[in-house]
Amino acid sequence: MKKTVLSLATAASLLAGVSFAAAEPVKVGMITTLSGGGASLGIDVRDGFELALKQSGRTDIELIVEDDAQKPDLAVQLADKLIQSDKVDIMTGIIWSNLAMAVVPGAVAQGKIYLSPNAGPSALAGAGCNENYFNVAWQNDNLHEGMGAYATTAGFKKSFILAPNYPAGKDALTGFKRFFKGEVVKEIYTQLGQTDYAAEIAEIRASGADSVFFFLPGGMGIAFMKQYAGAGVEVPLLGPAFSFDQNILQAVGDAALGVKNTSQWSKDIDNETNKAFVESYQAAYGRLPSLYSSQGFDTANLLISAMDAASISDKDAFRAALKAANFKSTRGDFKFGANNHPIQDIYVREVVKEGDVFTNKLIGVALEDHADAYAADCKM
Amino acid sequence: MTVALFLEQILNGLQLGVMLFLMAAGLTLIFGVMGLINLAHGSLFMVGGFVCAAVAAWTGSFWIGLIASLAAAAALGALVEITVIRRLYDRDHLDQVLATFALVLMFSEGVRFVFGSFPLYLDPPAFLSGPVTLPGGLPYPAYRLAIIIAGLAVAAGLGLLISRTRLGMQIRAGEADREMIAALGVDIRFLYTVVFALGAALAGFAGALIGAIQSVQIGMGEPVLILAFVVIVIGGIGSIRGALVAALIVGLVDTLGRFLLPTLLANVMEASAARGVGSALASMLIYLLMAVVLVFKPKGLFPANA
Repeated sequence: MKKTVLSLATAASLLAGVSFAAAEPVKVGMITTLSGGGASLGIDVRDGFELALKQSGRTDIELIVEDDAQKPDLAVQLADKLIQSDKVDIMTGIIWSNLAMAVVPGAVAQGKIYLSPNAGPSALAGAGCNENYFNVAWQNDNLHEGMGAYATTAGFKKSFILAPNYPAGKDALTGFKRFFKGEVVKEIYTQLGQTDYAAEIAEIRASGADSVFFFLPGGMGIAFMKQYAGAGVEVPLLGPAFSFDQNILQAVGDAALGVKNTSQWSKDIDNETNKAFVESYQAAYGRLPSLYSSQGFDTANLLISAMDAASISDKDAFRAALKAANFKSTRGDFKFGANNHPIQDIYVREVVKEGDVFTNKLIGVALEDHADAYAADCKM
Repeated sequence: MTVALFLEQILNGLQLGVMLFLMAAGLTLIFGVMGLINLAHGSLFMVGGFVCAAVAAWTGSFWIGLIASLAAAAALGALVEITVIRRLYDRDHLDQVLATFALVLMFSEGVRFVFGSFPLYLDPPAFLSGPVTLPGGLPYPAYRLAIIIAGLAVAAGLGLLISRTRLGMQIRAGEADREMIAALGVDIRFLYTVVFALGAALAGFAGALIGAIQSVQIGMGEPVLILAFVVIVIGGIGSIRGALVAALIVGLVDTLGRFLLPTLLANVMEASAARGVGSALASMLIYLLMAVVLVFKPKGLFPANA
């Protein structure tokens, strides 16, 4: 699928022979997941990104969107196409860490600037960091670390933890354990894509834990929470926002009410940018934004802020402008650490029902100005 | 580990088993009677889940949704058989796999076109939503228990249909020698459509039942389809009885393996290694089982045309 965003204003202004400031046009290639089971994440990132472009009224950004169908090999082909035949200046959009690992190292080595709106694998935050790679979302461990810290302050002593058996799942449990001071009574790795959790839930019931921490993104989380509610186990659930995003909650329903989760963003973070973002997103797409939408929106605004400060042809100046992060984030304060990953607050949210819609409400801050654990390994 | 936990895991294994049976029964019937490998069976499972969720949201009743999903899957199955599948019976298996794989892609995008990209909401009916206490004081999700009962009832009904009715007789005859029953005046084209629709309805029924405890989303059928293929290979292709026995075995082995292997391995190796190796082995277990069965019984446990 190929879509070119060029507003009518561009055409009009070109016809009139009016040229805007010195700005050179910037070509942005977005590879994201728009089909298959993980499509809702990519659609939210794309919609957030496009909304920011539209609101900026910029006419000098050309966006090319490609669908990777959550397949690493396809993502690599698309990256080659974007770099070699479309000759993009900036790349963005990848949702999944395994796809990011397949595409990002090659792209940044060819001098393309990559802005990650989601995936933040540890390999790209530590020794594998790169001056051309900026993560606008989080390092993978961050939200899990926040939940570890929250579980400790909330007084949980014995936690049962589970995640899928793949790299991001292992990062998740590592991140949680890094900040959780209580005892981990049992640690389980489930199959990636598993849909039946009866065996694990029976073990939770028998374990005597006082809390359950789980990282099961997408459909896995929906299945787990519905089955958990049906089993009548009363142990409180804790997790990162990925298991409780705006789209998942509608599919889980009442089973998720009251669950605590950690996120770098929430729709009720109190700042003007965020309020305007939530309102305009709803008006444009008829649904509430998810954290992925906010990440797409922030990524586009970061890009726009850098274009205001520097020209893309001067790579050093452009990177410096990106690193300054001189844009209004939906999260409030936002800055980059030495390894180009965010330093930001991690919030605690609770799942609530507003009218007919399930959503999240802020209840506190888990970690303030939190950086990631790998920054020290980054030699840039 | 307690006895209660072990019993609960056995029930969980049974529940997975009967769900697999609903999928495998249709698959094995279609393969047995028409000799067709149908990769799109998982898509009918998905359609069942989506139709049930949509109708339940619209009418407020899970039961109407369930009936609608049966009807929709059967109708879609018949339609697909008449328009596409019918042309594939005389082709080799590679053509069938390619054509039905194309159907998988078309169904996935078609469902996205109709229902959108986001997972749908489907909950069990209220009186089945909580746990029930079994004799012995074991709490167990009422809905899973209902799935076990419904699955066994379908198995019994299907058994009667195959062994006691005229349609069943024609199906058995079709498995044995399709030219001969055509020569005897049975409308074989109609029979094929009926069998395909029946298999589709079972898949749609399973999709609707499972949708209420899992995620109703695009591609939900494919993981189940893979397990269902394992089941029919172990059970003997074309055999309903084999499908039932194999489905229960696979359900139990998979569930108990996931639960017991890491614990058992922890006795012989260090805890974190046992977790890793245990969960990796558990996910291979049913394929190992399939390999072992095929070594001793190359045609499966209950070969249909023995």
